[in-house]
Amino acid sequence: MTAYTSVLGGERHRFDSLARLLAAASPERSGDRLAGLAAASARQRVAARWALAEVPLTTFLTEPLIPYESDDVTRLILDTHDAVAFAPVAGLTVGEFREWLLAADGPALTAVAPGLTPEMVAAVSKLMGNADLVAVARKVRVVTAFRSTIGLPGRLATRLQPNHPTDDPAGVAAALLDGLLLGSGDAVIGINPATDSPKAVRDLLDLLDGVIQRYGIPTQSCVLCHVTTSVDLMDRGAPVDLVFQSIAGTQAANASFGVTLGLLDEAYEAALKLERGTVGRNVMYFETGQGSALSADAHHGVDQQTVEARAYAVARRYDPLLVNTVVGFIGPEYLYDGREILRAALEDHFCGKLLGLPMGLDICYTNHADADDDDIATMLTMLGVAGASFVICTPGGDDIMLNYQSASYHDALYLREVLGLRPAPEFEAWLSSMGLLDDAGGIREVEAHALTEIAGRELAA
Amino acid sequence: MSELTLAEGELWGPLRTRTQARIGLGRAGSGLPTRHRLELQAAHAAARDAVHSPFEPDRVAAGLPGLPTVRVRSEAGDRLTYLQRPDLGRRLDATDRAHLPVGEWDVVFVVADGLSSRAVHEHAARVVTETVTRLPGWRIAPVVLAEQARVALGDAVAAAMGATTVVVLIGERPGMSAADSLGAYLAYRPVPGVTTDAHRNCLSNIRPPLGLTYEAAAGKLAALMGRARELGATGVGLKDESDTLPVR
Repeated sequence: MTAYTSVLGGERHRFDSLARLLAAASPERSGDRLAGLAAASARQRVAARWALAEVPLTTFLTEPLIPYESDDVTRLILDTHDAVAFAPVAGLTVGEFREWLLAADGPALTAVAPGLTPEMVAAVSKLMGNADLVAVARKVRVVTAFRSTIGLPGRLATRLQPNHPTDDPAGVAAALLDGLLLGSGDAVIGINPATDSPKAVRDLLDLLDGVIQRYGIPTQSCVLCHVTTSVDLMDRGAPVDLVFQSIAGTQAANASFGVTLGLLDEAYEAALKLERGTVGRNVMYFETGQGSALSADAHHGVDQQTVEARAYAVARRYDPLLVNTVVGFIGPEYLYDGREILRAALEDHFCGKLLGLPMGLDICYTNHADADDDDIATMLTMLGVAGASFVICTPGGDDIMLNYQSASYHDALYLREVLGLRPAPEFEAWLSSMGLLDDAGGIREVEAHALTEIAGRELAA
Repeated sequence: MSELTLAEGELWGPLRTRTQARIGLGRAGSGLPTRHRLELQAAHAAARDAVHSPFEPDRVAAGLPGLPTVRVRSEAGDRLTYLQRPDLGRRLDATDRAHLPVGEWDVVFVVADGLSSRAVHEHAARVVTETVTRLPGWRIAPVVLAEQARVALGDAVAAAMGATTVVVLIGERPGMSAADSLGAYLAYRPVPGVTTDAHRNCLSNIRPPLGLTYEAAAGKLAALMGRARELGATGVGLKDESDTLPVR
């Protein structure tokens, strides 16, 4: 294992491995301290960045952070590396790569994506400020489609999240109606079910499919159950639009989720065969989040941001419609406050986009983290400027099923208003046909609407 | 198609009986009406205060007449450390460990502040006393009042005292609708560092009158404890009648 050293202000710093160097160079966060991987001092952190800036990008191809033999995510990363795409940056160090990214145009960034590994983009993110992360990410457009098109310039999609603690159909329908009337749901109408029972998931799928069909809504539904439940339900003919799974950046962490690449392959093939999309064939939906590998004791001594980026290698194997980091959900032992959550949000979005993913975010916090709705507003604005593909929205920003706070439908209206962003084109046309758009293209406030029948039906049932 | 009027509450009113989600809030431009913004802030404030208000073991002890108590701390010295270092919150302070009485106890109750001391102040003593009355013949250890504590601290307490079963009553992470929810975690012959969540049984949302009542919680706990003793185990094997573990 190579050791790395640097001298800063006359003080010599030594880092025993590439993984330790990356961890020490990471902006401060509680999860790396919990893992015992964080820099010992602010000086050591900057010294690590000086050393990291000198590391050639090719080092990440020859020196895996987690052994090739024992980890299938490492194998996936190295076996699918595209040397031709990599060529324009193959001779650069991490420090030079930062400058190349800041100067590159969108097409160059799109072209280089298959040549980049998660470790390369994680490394360069550690040398970048928050503004750098925004400036580079906003140049990258990743366009995907199913019944709506996600990721086009000037557009921001939202996930409508009508969760209910007992999956009560009338409660779900009420929250669904609320979101639609506020112009939300073009990325997906996605429910976290209260249980993973196939029957409960099937009932929710039927409810959402019924609404989408009845009103001709150009969007897709997803009930976020385990991938094995989705495979089972597809076998039984359930209306599955998108297959969901939480994924992580190591084989062991994925195993803790009950997931293997083989299982994901199987689910992907099954979902493709259903051909339920109308304008595109992206059928997968993944969620990730810094800290999940450490939480599963499966991080192999790699810092949480780098492990997170490795999850994106898993995601890109399946050309997903949507990927989002659930950035503040895991709690203050991984990301302590609004400042750390913001940094992680910008890093995850940047790394995902550079690797070619349709990156969105669940911008959120729990009540034991030091954050509030002002942090949501700050994050949302920066991620909107950075060109996030979509954000997750909840009624009033309060998810009563998962017990955390996320963005609200109102927050999405704010972001569209201040940045001039519009919904996905198919969904925008549908909103217009339903009389929900005003002359300026904003969402009209209505006092009565035909869509109220969505909730009225379930209430009467 | 029926077009129910939203503004007059004709639809939102009945729908609000089916969900606590913050639906039909109305708008001020793109933003929330002032009233709803302040309501959200009030709920968040209650949750934040529940997390950060100090644990008062005297208040719990006062609710346990006739039951001796003993106080311990974890290795997390303050709230900031506690929130960032769950590992330290699971470890028992060495000095405090030495003061724990050793005996042939069938059960030790550990009342731990967790993420809501408010929940513990309001509910823990009643759950202990109601459960104890349902355990005739059990040798009950002094009640341990634990500060800056996570669930697994109970494993260390039980091991140090020689108790066969541990019941940890702990303040749950506050949500926007409830900041005073108490959880109960049961483990049979726990081994510190070896026992995991898969070896525990859990009751959550003890919070009368909206959540589980003291009597119902005590009844379930006593039944689980009895069956754990027969089975010689807690956790997945004993799963059927208890709730599944919440993700923490």
